[in-house]
Amino acid sequence: MNAMNWPILSLIVWLPIVAGVAILFVSEARAALGKTIALVASLVALLLTIVAISGFDMTTAAMQFQEKAVWIEAFSIHYHLGVDGLSLPLIALTALITVIVVIAGWAIRDRVSQYMGAFLILSGLMSGMFAALDAMLFYVFFEAMLVPMFLIIGIWGGPNRILATIKFFLFTFFGSVFMLVGLIWLYLQAGSFAVADLHQLPLSLNAQIWIFLAFLIAFAVKVPMWPVHTWLPDAHVEAPTGGSVVLAAVMLKIGGYGFVRYSLPIAPDGAAALDWLVIGLSLVAIVYIGFVALAQRDMKKLIAYSSISHMGFVTLGMFLTFAIVQNTGQTDGAVLGISGAMVQMISHGFISGAMFLAVGVLYDRVHSREISAYGGVANTMPWFAMFAVLFFMANSGLPGTSGFVGEFMVILAAFKADFWFAFFAAMTLILGASYSLWLVKRVFYGEVANDNVASLSDLGAREWTVMVVLAVFTLGLGLWPYPLIEMMEPSVANLVDHITTTKINP
Amino acid sequence: MDIKTILLLIPLLPLAGSAVAGLLRHQVGRAGAHSVTILAVGGSFALSAWVALQVFTTDWQVLNYTVYEWAVVDGITFEVGFLIDSLTALMMTVVTFVSFMVHVYTIGYMKDDPGYQRFFSYINLFTFAMLMLVMANNFLQLFFGWEAVGLVSYLLIGFWFRKESAVRANLKAFLVNRAGDFGLLLGVAAVLMYMGSLDYAEVFAAAPDVAGETMSVFGGIEWSVMTFICIALFIGAMGKSAQVPLHVWLPDSMEGPTPISALIHAATMVTAGIFMVARLSPLYELSGTALSFILIIGAITALFMGLVGIVQNDIKRVVAYSTLSQLGYMTVALGASAYSVAIFHLMTHAFFKALLFLGAGSVIIAMHHKQDMREMGGLARIMPITAVTAWIGSLALIGFPFTAGFFSKDIIIESVKVADRTGAGFATFAVYAGVVVTALYTFRMLYLTFHGKSRADAETLSHAQESPWVVTLPLILLAIPSLFIGWLTVEPLLFGGALSDAINVAAARDPLVHVGEHFHGATAFALHGFVTPVFWLAMLGVAIATWVYLFQPSVAAAVKQRLHPVWAVLDRKYFFDEFYQRVVVGGGLKLAGFFSERGDRTLIDGWMVHGSARLVGAVSSRLRTVQTGFLYHYAFAMIIGLVALVFAFVLLKG
Repeated sequence: MNAMNWPILSLIVWLPIVAGVAILFVSEARAALGKTIALVASLVALLLTIVAISGFDMTTAAMQFQEKAVWIEAFSIHYHLGVDGLSLPLIALTALITVIVVIAGWAIRDRVSQYMGAFLILSGLMSGMFAALDAMLFYVFFEAMLVPMFLIIGIWGGPNRILATIKFFLFTFFGSVFMLVGLIWLYLQAGSFAVADLHQLPLSLNAQIWIFLAFLIAFAVKVPMWPVHTWLPDAHVEAPTGGSVVLAAVMLKIGGYGFVRYSLPIAPDGAAALDWLVIGLSLVAIVYIGFVALAQRDMKKLIAYSSISHMGFVTLGMFLTFAIVQNTGQTDGAVLGISGAMVQMISHGFISGAMFLAVGVLYDRVHSREISAYGGVANTMPWFAMFAVLFFMANSGLPGTSGFVGEFMVILAAFKADFWFAFFAAMTLILGASYSLWLVKRVFYGEVANDNVASLSDLGAREWTVMVVLAVFTLGLGLWPYPLIEMMEPSVANLVDHITTTKINP
Repeated sequence: MDIKTILLLIPLLPLAGSAVAGLLRHQVGRAGAHSVTILAVGGSFALSAWVALQVFTTDWQVLNYTVYEWAVVDGITFEVGFLIDSLTALMMTVVTFVSFMVHVYTIGYMKDDPGYQRFFSYINLFTFAMLMLVMANNFLQLFFGWEAVGLVSYLLIGFWFRKESAVRANLKAFLVNRAGDFGLLLGVAAVLMYMGSLDYAEVFAAAPDVAGETMSVFGGIEWSVMTFICIALFIGAMGKSAQVPLHVWLPDSMEGPTPISALIHAATMVTAGIFMVARLSPLYELSGTALSFILIIGAITALFMGLVGIVQNDIKRVVAYSTLSQLGYMTVALGASAYSVAIFHLMTHAFFKALLFLGAGSVIIAMHHKQDMREMGGLARIMPITAVTAWIGSLALIGFPFTAGFFSKDIIIESVKVADRTGAGFATFAVYAGVVVTALYTFRMLYLTFHGKSRADAETLSHAQESPWVVTLPLILLAIPSLFIGWLTVEPLLFGGALSDAINVAAARDPLVHVGEHFHGATAFALHGFVTPVFWLAMLGVAIATWVYLFQPSVAAAVKQRLHPVWAVLDRKYFFDEFYQRVVVGGGLKLAGFFSERGDRTLIDGWMVHGSARLVGAVSSRLRTVQTGFLYHYAFAMIIGLVALVFAFVLLKG
């Protein structure tokens, strides 16, 4: 199945990790060296994902570029990597965002080599998690990832970072314990940790419901879904800019990925039985969290809540299938919903990353995240204001930007499932625009509010670079989502086929 | 050149112009920016006019094709594509012509503004977005154009972003439009669900089969699918075309520079809703309920917004309320199934309303950016070209026979009279009464601005002069069609079937069939126009305005005092703004605060999260010795824990 004769996925996973570990030992005095290694390694990893995409067969749902080796024979745990249309785009997103945070972190003064090292290691672990085809390997990456993020917030974070890291850690660890128990139980049934085997494992409805719930807790925390979301605003507020960018752009996607790779295919009947729960929580996320975002005074908190609200579209889109089948008797619209959810994940990676970088641009200059500390920034930073308006408009789902694509697809699919799903989901048109553009009004428009704003200087070359890159992706995906959707379609269609077939033991 | 290349160039020229003027603003400078953008929109106009010529004078076959595939998923093809028929050709020409005029005018109007290049970039971008909207052959692109013009409108209303009132107005405009788009999006979703496509042609073909279907939405009540779709889509039109109760953003949009009030908030963007309903007439014809709804909403807007126009003192606001009222007339025509008449009025209105706005702008330049008519008067002597063109625009607006507005408005009234559906009686009353109101506010504005004694202070007056040619030339070029376009085009457009490849109403339901029985050529129709009740109603309005504002200024004050409660209601615009501000905005923010404080902080974090944390804390206090406070110790402990788990599991299994 491997179209290439060399282990490209392993390189994508391990190159950043090895480079990252190496940089950890670069002394403060030679920070430039550390930064250069980080940039080169992240660019090479990005290049490798581009090679993988260009060699990717878009016509099949099969796993590609597979690598398999025995890891722990006693439990038939394998080092097994492979990608399909669901995971490859997320790996590419991870590689892109890593380059962005490396560039954006260039001016960090405190322990810069270790900072870069932590991000590279984190990047490799996340790619590994997306590429893993062995559940235990997935779990190891899933947990290991916590460590660098924990350190990033704990070392380079804000004044309340300890509380935030503990909350972050407890929530996610709490969730993953249930998943581990679920995986072990599945292993005892299947005698294998191979994802493909678990997908085929017949299970009683009861068992599926328990497995589904165990995974739900783990993934719901990661997404995050209401009501296990409160760790996210705290983590964002305390995280350094790069940490927030990775957290929002990539780490939140792990939950959504978990649903399509594990929950849905392993326990489809359980998911069908409990789809109302996930859909309900998704709609609460979209509407309730949309209101909560409106009340925020801290820019990072506002964007964090906006992220939770946008992730509601991801979980909504993924769980529409069963309601669509029930309402219309056929699966038309199911692929639309799940594809929309997947596009939303990629798009949110660009947009939330860009918004956190924008807050970082202001924070670096004024050292405040409070909306009220600003006003009239467009007077002194006109180019920056242009990018900010673009990204906040994208966040409010403006057609022509990537923010529109996923939401549009999910709302169209939701209408097929139930009018009210679409009704509440579409409220994001008003709520998303309200909190996004109200922030723009308060921060960017109006007279120059104070001396800090008066003394602002517009974007530097490094800031320009990251803004332009993200703007290109945001607009590109908005104007022509065709290639991304084409890449995903066979895998999504395969998933829909799989989950609409019962797995209950005869 | 290949026709498809030409069609592609029409929207892409202004897009390119916008990019150059906006992104290279320092490199190209002021002259560079206006040259590039004017060339772009001028080229776009020339090509549009050429296309229109082909469409209307040759044996044109409707062109419906895909430009590129946006996405293919789940068996649905989403695409960007063009549908070029008579309706599109007409809209393209109107849009690019008015835009062209406004571009030229802007050189004069914005000459001292530091955001000169940015302004040209925005209006070029607007032209692109509006063209994409009218050229669309599917709902996806319609929605794209729809929101894109909304974006540019937002940017332009807030063009002077230092001004608090401007950035308040642009946020309001965007959000009110989003409330409409909420309906539009649900309508589009329903179209996809029931017709299986977003392509106009496929949807129209599938629509008759869906006409009988029902859907259950509100607690078991069965709705006709077609009625739901049509009303949901129309809610979008109510936002964009500022129909009551989603009209509140349009008067405030006057905070933007005057050229865009003319282009976006009078001639083109606000008519997008009218255009959409006309474009989708095959759907609307299938729902009498939706048409009645449209008829009533339009009638309310036409009459009651006109009334508010009478009490406005800001010259731009008079024209803005006039726009609302005229959009109401167009909506009434739609509701009466007279789609082509609505489009006809859209076109004539685009010319004379752009003219009136640009004329108001010319006055505002002369008055040094004062807009209050109470400080004007007697300007006709100082700025004759502006005054004469304003008179022409005003005569067209009140529907004086032979002017462009006469033909379109008269036929709307005739169509409503013969329309046979719920609400037609009220609508007929509203459009008749609206004639008096229109004449009254229009001539009040003319007299207060151009005639009588000057009330301006000496300082302002000493600087007042006729505007430069870049301002007056567009006025003249718009005055010509304001006079003649109706007389020239009424017969082919309405009775000659020039729009029949886009708008086709069954003869039994088509009010134009009845109107056509009394139509014997444009000249005869206009001559007959002098003896109709509509004409005398208009003259009544003119007479009242003349008496009160030219000869007896004291009467206005007396009436205002005598009818104070009525005046107050009009002055406060029926309290819509107060309602939205207190109930919707205030309520929304209260809810937001409540969810944030009580929901997230107290309930979830306070009770659930920290509550369980305290519980865990109590249990684990015995283990406190392990806690050292060093992060890497925790990290290390995590890995140990992980290994221990795996190990425990090994033993279990073994």
